[in-house]
Amino acid sequence: MTNIPSDNLIKKPRSRWFDVWDQFKSHKGALVGGVFFVFIIMAVYLIPLFWPHDATYIDIRSRNQGVSLWHPFGTDQLGRDTFARMMQGGQTSIAVGLTAMALSLFLGTFVGVMAGFFNKLDNVLMRLTDLFLALPLLPLLLLMMLLFRDPLNAAFGPEKGIFILIVLAIGITSWMPTARIVRGDILAIKEREFVLAARSIGTKNSKLISRHILPNVVSPIMVSATLGIANAIITESALSFLGLGFPPDFPTWGRLLYDATDYLTMYPERVFWPGFAISLTVLSVNYLGDGLRDALDPRIRGR
Amino acid sequence: MLSFTIRRLIIMIPTLLLISLVIFLLLELAPGDPMAQIPLTVPPEVKQQMRLALGLGEPMHIRYWKWIVQFFWLEPQVLIDYYFGSSFSEGKLRVISWQTRGPVMDLVVQRLPQTVWVVGMSYIVGVVIALPIGIYSAYKQYSIFDQTGTFISMIGYSVPPFFSGVLVIVIFSVTLGWFPSIYDTTLVVDSWDNFVLQLKQMIMPVMVLALQTTAQLSRFMRASMLDNLNQDYVRTARAKGLGESVVVMVHVLRNSMIPVVTVIALGVPSVFGGAIITEQVFRVNGIGQLLITAIQATDLPLVQTLTFMFAILIVIFNLIADVLYGILDPRIRYD
Repeated sequence: MTNIPSDNLIKKPRSRWFDVWDQFKSHKGALVGGVFFVFIIMAVYLIPLFWPHDATYIDIRSRNQGVSLWHPFGTDQLGRDTFARMMQGGQTSIAVGLTAMALSLFLGTFVGVMAGFFNKLDNVLMRLTDLFLALPLLPLLLLMMLLFRDPLNAAFGPEKGIFILIVLAIGITSWMPTARIVRGDILAIKEREFVLAARSIGTKNSKLISRHILPNVVSPIMVSATLGIANAIITESALSFLGLGFPPDFPTWGRLLYDATDYLTMYPERVFWPGFAISLTVLSVNYLGDGLRDALDPRIRGR
Repeated sequence: MLSFTIRRLIIMIPTLLLISLVIFLLLELAPGDPMAQIPLTVPPEVKQQMRLALGLGEPMHIRYWKWIVQFFWLEPQVLIDYYFGSSFSEGKLRVISWQTRGPVMDLVVQRLPQTVWVVGMSYIVGVVIALPIGIYSAYKQYSIFDQTGTFISMIGYSVPPFFSGVLVIVIFSVTLGWFPSIYDTTLVVDSWDNFVLQLKQMIMPVMVLALQTTAQLSRFMRASMLDNLNQDYVRTARAKGLGESVVVMVHVLRNSMIPVVTVIALGVPSVFGGAIITEQVFRVNGIGQLLITAIQATDLPLVQTLTFMFAILIVIFNLIADVLYGILDPRIRYD
């Protein structure tokens, strides 16, 4: 009988999240995307704390300046520092992206769980989802902007009002894919034995959902969260670009891009900063989502 | 299959009615009064008459019914009259735009050709580029071509059209001066020179829209090819001694095209939606631009009708996709 050291036989137990992290690490693009996204968030929120220029400070004598050390991205037609405006615009764009994503995720998960778990609600809720999917979303978003802008501005002030409106509008029009995915997963999970076991010891429906079913659908929800951020940032920029988003003195990346197109022939570089900021953020989030999808899929993991 | 198609066609009616109701109610329940801009010096009875003239006098359900009748019953009659010279619709009130005081549908008919040309061309170009890329990157999975294709399609997803559009304007019309940045719709193609001009002004909007289409479709084509390349029938085909080109281009491609064709059909309405932004960038005066100007001018009948037309597009192409799926794939018959 050979004597094998026991620590070779029994490896240290590893949680599922270790495996997920290992797979995620092996996806270079996802790692770079994730790091870059965190970097953008940090930059956008931390740099203004010690940046010498204020985003709204008008210095008419130094207007339309090019790239210099004092103004790394130049100044706009009113002499405002473009870099400071980019940072402030980024704060708004990312705040809109994250909040709208959270709302759409909440709605989508709620509808998906209700439809998947309660057979009676399934038909109604899925017809509702189909109806929402058949709505022309961009025209409706524009319409909502037009109709509800003034009353919300009156109620909450121009900036907060339009923020609430944009977040609500994006959230309401983008929850459907999440709801469908979550419902599909829950239909499969609720037939599994552990759910039956939990039910047999008298677990209530609410606890069954929150403790046994939701943790099992976390992975598709996380993947749609990343896609949701990308979608929300692009939608917000599109609305601002069409002139139906935030007011002009309140920069977001889409608004800066829209304002810069007026000076396209003279100062084409002004278009690049917000455009690249939007594109790179969305690209990094998309890569992040791609990596997460691979990492969280047990069929791909470990290969 | 026929009964399925008919059933789907019948289901379309309540769906469309429901969507029209949603759009109508959204406009109706929104706070704000279209008469708010009228000066206070205008006496109330005149205001009341103006309301009636705008069609705002009656209760909500009657106005909804009127709009539905005008849209589904009266406008087709106008179309028949136009083509056959009959007079079904004479003297009846059509949906009137508040901006131009003319029928909404006339505006739509004026603007539709530009949108269909640009959007249709871009979609065809996008599909033609996407399919070979998808096929080849699936066949050479993880090759340099495949990695590059993945990266480019990621960029296609991530760069919004309002930036890629502006970018190509900066590069090709500001810096290089090759193409005009503004789309001239008054151009009549009657000679070779005008044809070249038309081609030049269409290249940029078509490329911008096609980039989006290509990004999505080539990924989808690749995934669908990969699903089929490992199937048993492929091994059988190779074992029979068929050439590689026949195996891939006939056996695998035919099977992979089934889901791709439906995705192509489903993508048409979203391309029309995306055209709203592209038209704004390149100043194409198509449907999307009409919608934006109508929204800016609070021309509610026009907005209502246009939004509903976008919805009809979505519903129709959903139906086409479903029916195509059933026709192409005999395993999926819904009866």
